[in-house]
Amino acid sequence: MIAFILRSAVRKSITVFFVSIVSFLIIHLAPGEPSQVDPMNPKFTPEMVERFRKEFHLDKPLHVQYVYFYKDLLTGKTVSWKDNRPVLEKIWERFLNSLPLFIVGTLLTWTLSFPLGIRSALKRGGPFDKSVTFFSYLLISIPGFFFAYVLIIFVVTRFHVPVIGMQTFGLQGAPLATLIMDRVWHLVIPSVLGATGGIAVLSRYVRSQMLEVEGQDFVRTAFAKGLPPDQVHYRHALRNALLPFVTMFGLILPGLIGGSVIIESIFSWPGMGRMAYEAILARDYPVILTVNFLSAVLVLGGTFLSDLLYLVVDPRIRLS
Amino acid sequence: MSRFQESWILLKKNRMAFVGLFIFILFFLVALAGLVLTSGTDPVFDPAMVRLEEKLLPPLSRPNTQALAPEQIPPLGIYLLGTDDLGRDILSRMLQGAWVSLTVGFVAVGISVIIGIVVGGLAGYYGEESLVVGHILGGLLIFSGVVWALLDGMAWGLIACSLGLIMMMLARLKGIAFNIFRKGVIKVDTLITGLIDIMLCFPSFFLILTVVALLPASIYNIMVVIGLTSWMGAARFVRAEFLSLREQDFVTAAKALGLRAPRIIFRHMMPNAVGPVLVSATIGIAGAILTEAGLSFLGFGVPPPHATWGNILSDGKRFIFDAPWLTFVPGTAILIVVLAFNLFGEGLRDILNPKLRERIS
Repeated sequence: MIAFILRSAVRKSITVFFVSIVSFLIIHLAPGEPSQVDPMNPKFTPEMVERFRKEFHLDKPLHVQYVYFYKDLLTGKTVSWKDNRPVLEKIWERFLNSLPLFIVGTLLTWTLSFPLGIRSALKRGGPFDKSVTFFSYLLISIPGFFFAYVLIIFVVTRFHVPVIGMQTFGLQGAPLATLIMDRVWHLVIPSVLGATGGIAVLSRYVRSQMLEVEGQDFVRTAFAKGLPPDQVHYRHALRNALLPFVTMFGLILPGLIGGSVIIESIFSWPGMGRMAYEAILARDYPVILTVNFLSAVLVLGGTFLSDLLYLVVDPRIRLS
Repeated sequence: MSRFQESWILLKKNRMAFVGLFIFILFFLVALAGLVLTSGTDPVFDPAMVRLEEKLLPPLSRPNTQALAPEQIPPLGIYLLGTDDLGRDILSRMLQGAWVSLTVGFVAVGISVIIGIVVGGLAGYYGEESLVVGHILGGLLIFSGVVWALLDGMAWGLIACSLGLIMMMLARLKGIAFNIFRKGVIKVDTLITGLIDIMLCFPSFFLILTVVALLPASIYNIMVVIGLTSWMGAARFVRAEFLSLREQDFVTAAKALGLRAPRIIFRHMMPNAVGPVLVSATIGIAGAILTEAGLSFLGFGVPPPHATWGNILSDGKRFIFDAPWLTFVPGTAILIVVLAFNLFGEGLRDILNPKLRERIS
């Protein structure tokens, strides 16, 4: 077991190394130099460009830049080119803004997909199953930005609540209940949007997993013994069907940093995704690179965690 | 009953997939018609015709024929889907955008499927063989040579490439002196699965957004970038299929007959592995169309006067309360097309499922 963990850790670290190279190269092989971000700006004299290049080691060859960049990143010294603030501090601040969206979205996804998936597996082929199937395809296929505007139109015209940003301006004097409801409205719509895709995909997955387990011999045996159907479904089948989902907790980790670029920019939500989008527009290379690298590292961390969880919950893997 | 007839019967039974296929064909015809009718110097439907006095008209409204010059009157005599803030006919713009969505979907997925088949096929067929020192040195030299040639100058790049080829040759030579070049380093399969793992680490939409934003705005860049970042699924499917096909008797028989590897791979193994790839490609087209729409919506991608469904919606977002049709028309169109591809793909998965096939024959 320890050998398995070690092997997995070594493999992941090798992958991290290559990921760091790839994310560095993607940005630097693209045409256009960062020092030429704004050639029309009269303040950008050749001397300025020269100083800028020196300060950020842009005059060095690529492999030296690579070492400088990751040395600075790991010691927390990388600064944004836009406002000279440390990148990690900036990301942390935006991360805290994205966190409530992520938590509400994840809770919605996980609490809704399981009942839906399980019920449509148990009622396979019936009207409930068919409509859940159709709606999950609908939710997978609807473009997030379109759905966002449909919801905005609906909420704003129906409830007269403005929903852009994290809260409404000029509400300071309002009663507490209004303030709380205002925050909730602002939070609910983006997180519902963030959850739609997840609910659709996850409930399909729960359904197929449940169907697979229901078809196995031990379930038939349980029925043959004359156990009540509820006990067979929820005691025998469900517990075994849940196995892969325990490990999926590791895989939701990357969602923490990715945020959603489109949804956060529609709702002017000052989170990670929006910061990344602004960084791309401003060609703020340290921020783009750090976000790319950190999210790749989180994906790896997530898969590592899910490997470990699998070891814990599935004795078949531990023993072989 | 032939294989095709069998599939057709199964398809007709699966109503959602059948509707998906129908919409897919309709979309194809509309996009083709859109290309013909909106391009050229004097198109029938002119998507760039500005009529400032006719702006933000709702769908089905009639143009004011007195105020417009004869060539400004829409060809149908009515604004079927309304006009935008510059008085451009939304129907013409949607027709123009349909072709963009169609080509982005098909070309991007074409690229990703080709890469996926090659990479997955290599991993599945040659997986057990080891790469030797010569191969690795040669590969690195050729790669750096190509990068060099593109960045600095041709001469050094070409020298590096030819050195790399020589290294590859050395790996084939026999003899004590060359043993160092024939020392195995890493299995092909380990290398390729490692590569897939690396690619899967990146958040795909953000990666695509980064690259597209850094490259000059053009439709071809979007296709290539989406293709290059989404081949991992196809590669995994092909690899898994090849791993099981490799052990089967007909492959052994083909090898015993002395067939060469390319013929075995493409003539004998690929037709048996194509099912899952086809399914993932169909669903991949839906994903590529959504990604392109998202990019256009954020303002990247096809440069402005050219319409895409994403940028019609993006232009319309300033008027969501006054002119909601600017949001609903392109949004619904994207939804329907993507839904059709998803449903057809899922239906295809059922149809190609051998367990279901046995039941009807």
